[in-house]
Amino acid sequence: MDEARPLVELTGTTVRFGATVALDHVDFRMFPGEVHSLMGENGAGKSTLIKALTGALTPDAGTLILDGEARAFHGPHDAQEAGISTVYQEIDLLPNLSIAENILLGREPRRLGMIDGRAMRERARVILHDLGLDLDPAAPLGTHSLAVQQLVAIARAISRDLKVLVLDEPTSSLDLDEVAELFRVIRDLKERGVAILFVSHFLDQVYEICDRITVLRDGALVGEYLTTELLRIDLVQKMLGREASFFKARERVEEAIGSEVAFLSARDLSSGAGIVGANVDVAEGEVLGLAGLLGSGRTELARALTGVDRPDAGIIRIEGEAHALDTPRQALSLGVVYSSENRRSEGLVGDMSIAENIALALQAQRGALRPLSATKVRELATSWVEALDIRPADVDVPVRNLSGGNQQKVMLARLLAISPRFIVLDEPTRGIDVGAKVEIQNLVGEMADNGLSVVFISAELEEVLRVGDRVAILRDGHIVETVASADVDVDSLMALVARPDLPEA
Amino acid sequence: MRLVKHRLFWPAAALVTLLIVNVVANPNFARITVRDGQLYGALIDILRQSAPLMLVALGMTLVIATRGIDLSVGAVMAVSGAVALTIIDSPSSNPNSLGTVLIAIVVAVLVALVLGAWNGFLVSVLGIQPIIATLVLMLAGRGAALLITDGFITTVNSDPLSFIASGYLLILPFAFFVWLAFVIIVGVIERRTALGMLTEAVGINPEASRLAGVRSRGIIWTAYIASGTLAGIAGVIYAANIKAADANAAGYLIELYAILAVVLGGTSLMGGKFSIAGTVIGVLTVQALDSTILFLGVPPAQSPVFFAVVVILVVLVQSPRVHRWGRSVGARFRHSDGEADAPSSPERQKEVAR
Amino acid sequence: MTAMETAAPAKKGLGERVGTFTNRHASVLPTFAAIAILILLLVGAELYFGNFLTPRNMSALLLDNAYLMILAVGMTFVIVTAGIDLSVGSVMAFTGIFGASLLSSGVPAVITIPVMLVSGALIGLLIGVLVQHFNVQPFIASLAGLFLGRGLAFVVSLSSIRVEDPVVLWLQSTRIRIGDWYITPTGILALLAVAVGAVVMHKTRFGRTVYAVGGSEQSARLMGLKVPRTKVMVYVISGLCGGLAGLVLTAYSGAGYPRNGIGTELDVIAIVVIGGTLLTGGRGYVLGSMIGVFVYGTIKTIISFMGAEQSWTHIIVGLLLLLFIVVQRAIVARSERGS
Repeated sequence: MDEARPLVELTGTTVRFGATVALDHVDFRMFPGEVHSLMGENGAGKSTLIKALTGALTPDAGTLILDGEARAFHGPHDAQEAGISTVYQEIDLLPNLSIAENILLGREPRRLGMIDGRAMRERARVILHDLGLDLDPAAPLGTHSLAVQQLVAIARAISRDLKVLVLDEPTSSLDLDEVAELFRVIRDLKERGVAILFVSHFLDQVYEICDRITVLRDGALVGEYLTTELLRIDLVQKMLGREASFFKARERVEEAIGSEVAFLSARDLSSGAGIVGANVDVAEGEVLGLAGLLGSGRTELARALTGVDRPDAGIIRIEGEAHALDTPRQALSLGVVYSSENRRSEGLVGDMSIAENIALALQAQRGALRPLSATKVRELATSWVEALDIRPADVDVPVRNLSGGNQQKVMLARLLAISPRFIVLDEPTRGIDVGAKVEIQNLVGEMADNGLSVVFISAELEEVLRVGDRVAILRDGHIVETVASADVDVDSLMALVARPDLPEA
Repeated sequence: MRLVKHRLFWPAAALVTLLIVNVVANPNFARITVRDGQLYGALIDILRQSAPLMLVALGMTLVIATRGIDLSVGAVMAVSGAVALTIIDSPSSNPNSLGTVLIAIVVAVLVALVLGAWNGFLVSVLGIQPIIATLVLMLAGRGAALLITDGFITTVNSDPLSFIASGYLLILPFAFFVWLAFVIIVGVIERRTALGMLTEAVGINPEASRLAGVRSRGIIWTAYIASGTLAGIAGVIYAANIKAADANAAGYLIELYAILAVVLGGTSLMGGKFSIAGTVIGVLTVQALDSTILFLGVPPAQSPVFFAVVVILVVLVQSPRVHRWGRSVGARFRHSDGEADAPSSPERQKEVAR
Repeated sequence: MTAMETAAPAKKGLGERVGTFTNRHASVLPTFAAIAILILLLVGAELYFGNFLTPRNMSALLLDNAYLMILAVGMTFVIVTAGIDLSVGSVMAFTGIFGASLLSSGVPAVITIPVMLVSGALIGLLIGVLVQHFNVQPFIASLAGLFLGRGLAFVVSLSSIRVEDPVVLWLQSTRIRIGDWYITPTGILALLAVAVGAVVMHKTRFGRTVYAVGGSEQSARLMGLKVPRTKVMVYVISGLCGGLAGLVLTAYSGAGYPRNGIGTELDVIAIVVIGGTLLTGGRGYVLGSMIGVFVYGTIKTIISFMGAEQSWTHIIVGLLLLLFIVVQRAIVARSERGS
């Protein structure tokens, strides 16, 4: 493959956001007529690299060579003009306009300054036909399924000179037939010499369609591999990495736990396509780890358990009694709480002080008419700030000024302040520094020692294994297995997380 | 320095500056005369005349804190004025009896409360955009008020009613005490219960508030009910002032002046943190500006030009682009002073659309 | 084989063909609802009064509401981009009184009329620049425009100014008759505004960009469309329409009056929504807004026929608006669930 010249090559790409380095001297290349996959967990730098490639952001350092020519893009439009197009997960088209317009808008055929509707529909029909699609170009895009919209987005991309096509999570909401149709189109484009960047968290699909894989972790390049030479288990190991840390050992609840003694037990819980038929049992004082790749249904399960998303089906029993957990408020009143992975959008109330953020859930539970006095709020906040070592210790500071780890602690303090019985922590350690990470891990242990039932979600298997008494393994929206932490090590857990449903390779 | 940092500093400074300019231009502005143990003068007039706007702006502050807006306040004022005066004017009642007037006020305010609840229903339950939801009532409300008064301007001579607008309590106008009372009531309800804090939480981050168990629907609804009720009281005061229910003129453009006052008081239109003291300052500023324009001999009808300029200045001062200009000018200024160049927000420049 | 192919569509049957049509043109449905309401109103009024659907009445329907129709055209552009323009009523009042004052001081109509149009467009430009370049919410920016226009109108004159100019009066006094039907140049101007508006919206790249911005501003930008220019332009167009409406209203009433058009912005917004334009942007038709004007005008005429209070107009229009908003909300909710 080295004899061929790369179609596009990024060298030494570095992107910084304030103090954090999102991409650290990453090299990346794509050859004509190949399907390339970019792999990595949340925060690995995938989307930043895509943005650097497609002109959505300008790197702080690094070069981009397209077709042997050094380029610098100022905006996505520049990149499109140069032949690099992107189809995003949430498709950037206009549902209110027709398919033909979505393909040709900005370059529509005109006659006497007026848009020639007939010629435009005809041209769109030809482009769609080229992709083997039989669609009515005059129909509004919004009436079609997401899969069709995605193919229309691809049609728009190929309607001009296309060299590189970036598909960002294109299959996440498609069914099997639709995926097959998309793959047919991808193979067709590959034949024409287009380089395709296929970003997906579905390993099966990556192995089915991709020729080459680049792995990123924590903003750095791990390596570039041929798909045929990289075992699945090795890929997962490269994506997740292993890092040493300092975790206080704690006594584990040894016996496997049945639903008779479980504090919370869910049966056949389903929520959309994200999680299907899940059974979960967590005992008092137990930590259940959830392990699974991005998109395996970790977050969906967490949200369905805590009333954040109303489950489509299933029963949740708390201490043996069935309850409807349709809203977070209902769940909170039963002591069932959720700490979101999206601290900024679903967790913190940014303009409010540490004290107000900590008191929020307790105050909401008491209702507006039974206010906590200002002194009480300060006392409460101060005690949590001390207990969790939140910095700065000034409870009047707005939380948006805090570091990630301290923001996470404020969220925990808010939930712990209502004395919950069951807490779901969704990636509480993501994007925070090692010291704070260890503190939070230890804190989870303390919560469990105090009789709290904990569900702990993390992308880092080692962390899940060390924090959890048992680990439930999720793949494609199903809990495929639940094992005692003592019975597995990181390697065997990794094998469980990565194992394809159909035995192969 | 700490004083300058306080968020009410600039609103208060604007008000004080405006008053000083007036006094310098015309010393009579500050003159307060005592007649029969009652105070009179331009400043006292500002306190008296600001009552309707103050009440409306109080409600608007709460609605804006939830990321909403209530365009219907003017129409609600018209309805409430029409209801009150129709009751007082009815042949079976004595317009000079205190009982009649009280009943009229209570009924009018209750009607306004229902109208506010209706707005709140559209916004919090049906999920309709606040601008559009309150537009319905803004449009239909005035029509309804005209129907109540049979299309005429109902005039009454009722001493108890007139007292509300032009009477004196001790040495100051009664209307001033009315708005002061409601500022205190609303302030106490918002700040002595947890309502204010929960309202701010819903306004700043609705999803985080939901996950924390806040009843956001109820809180949003409450804000619209408060806004409607306060507008109803404002409508009564307005009607008392002109001794008539004028369905076309009552509360005309008041929603816009109220929004202006709230913004001048430092509450962001994006919702969240609100300041009742700021709104009070904002209302007094708007009212003082209005008096200033009158004082300058400009016909009142032309005053909107001045307000247009104020609105444009206020939004420009708040706009991110002007902030960036300000910062780069400031940086250049410091640079020429030999200090280090301030970094010009790299994140913002880097993130091109996506 | 050929026979079969040609036979196939025929077999589809009416139901299915209606299906394809509604599928292709789902966004026209609210406009059809407006047409249905209009027909219902007209037929109902004719049955009730017996002398409603006369050529004279129908001609007056257009002429009495010509200025509204022109304003509605401009407002449709703005609302389709998901914006709003509160200034139209006062811009109309300002350009009207400004024009009347110029004419009364001896400026010829050939200069006055362009000045009216340009001054309306300038206020629109101010609003557009605030919205696009200073990130001011359309509501607030156009509020400044409303204050400015109303204040300037009173700066020009505190009372009404009669217009004696023959050119301007000609716009209203000329009656082109077709049988019992008649139309004045002001009516022609209104219809022309609708026609030009519809062609621009549907047949030009600018017009399609207006829809694109309303559909998703970010997508439109990613597609390389000229979003900033388009967003400023819609307010300029709305201001221009305000100027034209000022001219038409001045011709209609034979005078400029600074109190004209108080609250008209709300009527126009309601009319546009009733005509099938989505307030959230992206969907709407200039022709639909014309229907909306006719619905509004018919309600007004019916009420005056009944000898009832004109205030009923606003109540009924408010209720219609509510109905349409709730229906639109349901449509949006459904399409959100669909995607």
